[in-house]
Amino acid sequence: MAGQEQIRRTRQGDGPDDGADLPTPVPAAPAVQSQEIDDLLDEIDGVLESNAEEFVRGFVQKGGQ
Amino acid sequence: MTVRRVMGVETEYGISVPGSPNANPMVLSGDVVTTYAVARGIRPTRASWDYADENPLRDARGFDMGRGSAHPSQLTDEWADDPTMANVVLTNGARLYVDHAHPEYSSPEVTTPRAAITWDRAGEWVMRESVERLASVPPGVNLYKNNTDGKGASYGTHENYLMSRRTPFLEVVKHLMPFFVVRQIMCGAGRVGIGVDSRRNGFQLAQRSDFFECEVGLETTLKRPIINTRDEPHAVADLYRRLHVIIGDANHSDVADLLKLGTTSLVLAMIEDGFLVEDLTVHQPVATLQAISHDPTLTTQLTLADGRTMSGLDLLGIYLERALAYVDQRWGADADSDTREVLHWWQLTLDRLGRDPLEARGEVEWVAKLALLEGYRSRDGLGWGDPRLKAVDIQWSDVRSDRGLANRMRATGRLTRLVDDDDIAAAVEQAPEDTRAWFRGAVLRRYPDDVVAASWDSVIVEVPGQRQLQRIPMLEPLRGTRAQLGALVESSTSMGELLKHLSAPRDPSARTSR
Repeated sequence: MAGQEQIRRTRQGDGPDDGADLPTPVPAAPAVQSQEIDDLLDEIDGVLESNAEEFVRGFVQKGGQ
Repeated sequence: MTVRRVMGVETEYGISVPGSPNANPMVLSGDVVTTYAVARGIRPTRASWDYADENPLRDARGFDMGRGSAHPSQLTDEWADDPTMANVVLTNGARLYVDHAHPEYSSPEVTTPRAAITWDRAGEWVMRESVERLASVPPGVNLYKNNTDGKGASYGTHENYLMSRRTPFLEVVKHLMPFFVVRQIMCGAGRVGIGVDSRRNGFQLAQRSDFFECEVGLETTLKRPIINTRDEPHAVADLYRRLHVIIGDANHSDVADLLKLGTTSLVLAMIEDGFLVEDLTVHQPVATLQAISHDPTLTTQLTLADGRTMSGLDLLGIYLERALAYVDQRWGADADSDTREVLHWWQLTLDRLGRDPLEARGEVEWVAKLALLEGYRSRDGLGWGDPRLKAVDIQWSDVRSDRGLANRMRATGRLTRLVDDDDIAAAVEQAPEDTRAWFRGAVLRRYPDDVVAASWDSVIVEVPGQRQLQRIPMLEPLRGTRAQLGALVESSTSMGELLKHLSAPRDPSARTSR
């Protein structure tokens, strides 16, 4: 699974919308938080939907209240 | 009144079948409801919903909308005629049914924010059980406790607050609107994508904010208003109003969920008590709601109608100051523990957000989600339009304990927990003891075969040997509690005997309605 993710991470750029990226507010994580986040990512990598693009495309809802 | 009042939460869940984006969501939602009902021995045709008192087109401003002018999706009471619409009442007093194209869990009536989040979590467990059972027939059905698909559709998580009918509705609008514009700073669940259909890439505070188009109105499915005027009290209409709040996000963070219900209830108490006098009306509330949601730096300045400018955090701070003063003046050291708990988290959350939003990642849900997304962005060099970030956003709300990212964050303590699993497990089975939900749940548990239908304000039973159905009205939300009726229910050996006891004129405590 990690291998597949490596392939996707090389996909830089999101096409013409790239310019619309908003500046992100939360500053780059300091070292203490960085280890905490790394552990979390390692844990979550294992359960993330393996084909993110198809998963997101397939998540279509009808409007509700 | 403090944070304590009769309240409840309705949650519509997102639904999908892995690999089948075109599966019929109404049929699937029906499967979710009936799967749970059958597993629990509830027959949908028996303990079904009594629609007699539903009146969704009544407006709090005092007029009825003509049926001819109503959008078909607003006519909820006509679904009683559609047999495909599964609809059951659970022993915990909740309603589980299909609303539009989503399974919905409406929590039983509770009296504290802490109880509200406990029975809200119980709803997640109900949905999870159904997902686990449906998984035995691949590909199964997945459920998501979120509020948008990021493609233009939104579905709601509605809060309900019982209020005094004496409070002028315009006062509610005046003092609640500014609060709702900024409440998302504490309570937003976070969202990848800007605009209803995510046409711009980026991250915002709240799932729902982009879907609001007007300030005050009756609609819930289109042209959604910040203040919803649906006036369907499910209680004595002369005494009570049920404020139907449609602007909130579904929450996985206990603190965010507690603050959503607790701070709102406290603001309502101040309105009912005439304590809020300062006019904090926000200029252009809908546009401001969206500008604040789109700015995770929390630096956006809003403008009040009187010309003052301040940040959303500043405005929330004014409400907190008023609430602290209100509780101190009215109750001082005698303030109840639920109110103190809400004030504690309110203050702590605003302090942390004010210093550095990242400090609030254990409590504020959008911050927790953003920290995770930023981790992926920096590790893997992802732009905000990357599908992996959108997948994280959706999977955050998966109800399964192993696949749901927020569930994992709760389980590992990364999101602060306020209610433990034992309390949630109990709330899946048992109704709250201090509202009429207790009687509803007790009758369903003891005499499931005799209950023909139930609603928030009635139970309809069929007594063996009697030709006519009996309708037990329950128009007082605080009557029908365990303290009032426990002994009577326990001592009755049949539904017929219970009914006889309930209608005995000499025992006023046994009457469930006025």
